[in-house]
Amino acid sequence: MKTTTDVIVIGSGIIGSATAYYLAKNGVDVIVLEKDATIGNGSSSRNGGGVRQSGRDVRELPLAMYGVKNLWPSLSEELGMNVEYHQDGNLRLGKTEAHLAKLKQLADNASAVGLDVKMIDGEEIKKICPYMSDEVIGASWCPTDGHANPLLATLAYYRKARQLGVQYYSSVTVEKLGLVRGKVRKVITSEGTFETEMVVVAAGIGSRPILNSVGIDIPMNPKIADTIVTEAQAPMFWQMLGTAAADFYGHQTEHGSFVFGGGSGHETYAKNPEQMYSTSITASYICRAIGGYFPALNDTKIVRTWAGCHDICSDGVPVIDRIDELEGLVAGCGFSGHGFGIAPSAALVLSELAMGKKASIDISGLRYNRFKAKA
Amino acid sequence: MEKLQDRFADIGEFIPQQDDDVIVCRCEEITKGEIRKAVHEGIFTIGEMRRYLRNGMGLCQGQTCGKMVKGIMARELGIRPMDLTPATARAPMRPMEMKILANDRSGD
Repeated sequence: MKTTTDVIVIGSGIIGSATAYYLAKNGVDVIVLEKDATIGNGSSSRNGGGVRQSGRDVRELPLAMYGVKNLWPSLSEELGMNVEYHQDGNLRLGKTEAHLAKLKQLADNASAVGLDVKMIDGEEIKKICPYMSDEVIGASWCPTDGHANPLLATLAYYRKARQLGVQYYSSVTVEKLGLVRGKVRKVITSEGTFETEMVVVAAGIGSRPILNSVGIDIPMNPKIADTIVTEAQAPMFWQMLGTAAADFYGHQTEHGSFVFGGGSGHETYAKNPEQMYSTSITASYICRAIGGYFPALNDTKIVRTWAGCHDICSDGVPVIDRIDELEGLVAGCGFSGHGFGIAPSAALVLSELAMGKKASIDISGLRYNRFKAKA
Repeated sequence: MEKLQDRFADIGEFIPQQDDDVIVCRCEEITKGEIRKAVHEGIFTIGEMRRYLRNGMGLCQGQTCGKMVKGIMARELGIRPMDLTPATARAPMRPMEMKILANDRSGD
């Protein structure tokens, strides 16, 4: 078993696998350690697939915009596998004046930093998506947003990284990090000790105890998220959808099925969120919500429901940073339920940090030491 | 498969077989050859295979092909079928219209 390498990435999700890929592309020797038996079995394979810039916090917007401009359009070609990327716009829907005010605020914030988002009315929405209910009176429209298939994108990075020689071990639990003369040099696991020059922690919610083992804490909590999947339908629309009321989000996949997520409002208090069990009331709630926007889907059958677990950071955006006080440690975690769309650019930056380079995208708002007491 | 899995484990070359074009998952029309080839591309668990090829993700949710996929993968990996963890069963048991599933509250 190979136990010594240049960089160890903890977590085989899309962040970890993409970081491993960008490192391997630069000739760096990498080992990826995964706790689960299955690659990318956390949030990477359990999300709505949004590749969205609109509606984002301005601190992570540079990553979102860079990815949409430079990485997503050529990703399928680069990884040698179709990741089903569609760039057909994002509609964030509103049914009341209060909704429209909220959407306008988000749109104005994003426009101020150079994103093309505008408010449109019910008539214009129907031109883009004719299936919309008359109850929808307005929306924010970002034509450069889109979606991709998270299951395939995650495995595409894994497959390509593996082809480039990245060594993956699954079913191996990281117990703690080990220091040698004040530098992070060891990863102590259920299967023995690995030695390295650099550790990248990209283990979702599992990152917290790993970082705690060397005295670093990132305030984040697990939160359950439920999703429903329909039978395949003839192609209806390719836009990514969200709502001001935050009652559902989703899109139609290339395969034809719709994937819709949403929340009942009790997610924060779900029992054992890290076990990712579907809750009993949420699927029905999502179906009711969608009926209010897309009555045409009322007779469509649900074939499957599933749940995932967000790593919710206390201020809603991730940590992507090099740890100042410990040499050899980089963290990329706390993506808070909107990490998939920014995964390629976040991973590109993590690979740069792990190689000791300067980040090529602005991540100044995503530092690990930004959590201060309220004034 | 709870044991440590070395993703570079030597499972030999992919060797085409005569019945590779037999459809194993009827809902999503996935063949035996596609499943065998995917194992050689690093797809080692049932969960990964479903996400990679969509086998077992259609109308019957793998109730028809689940066992066969497991057998094919185990043979390719050189392990026992029981060493592969089956896919998580997901509600609803049978496909259900959204308007029916939405109607879970009495008195609405």
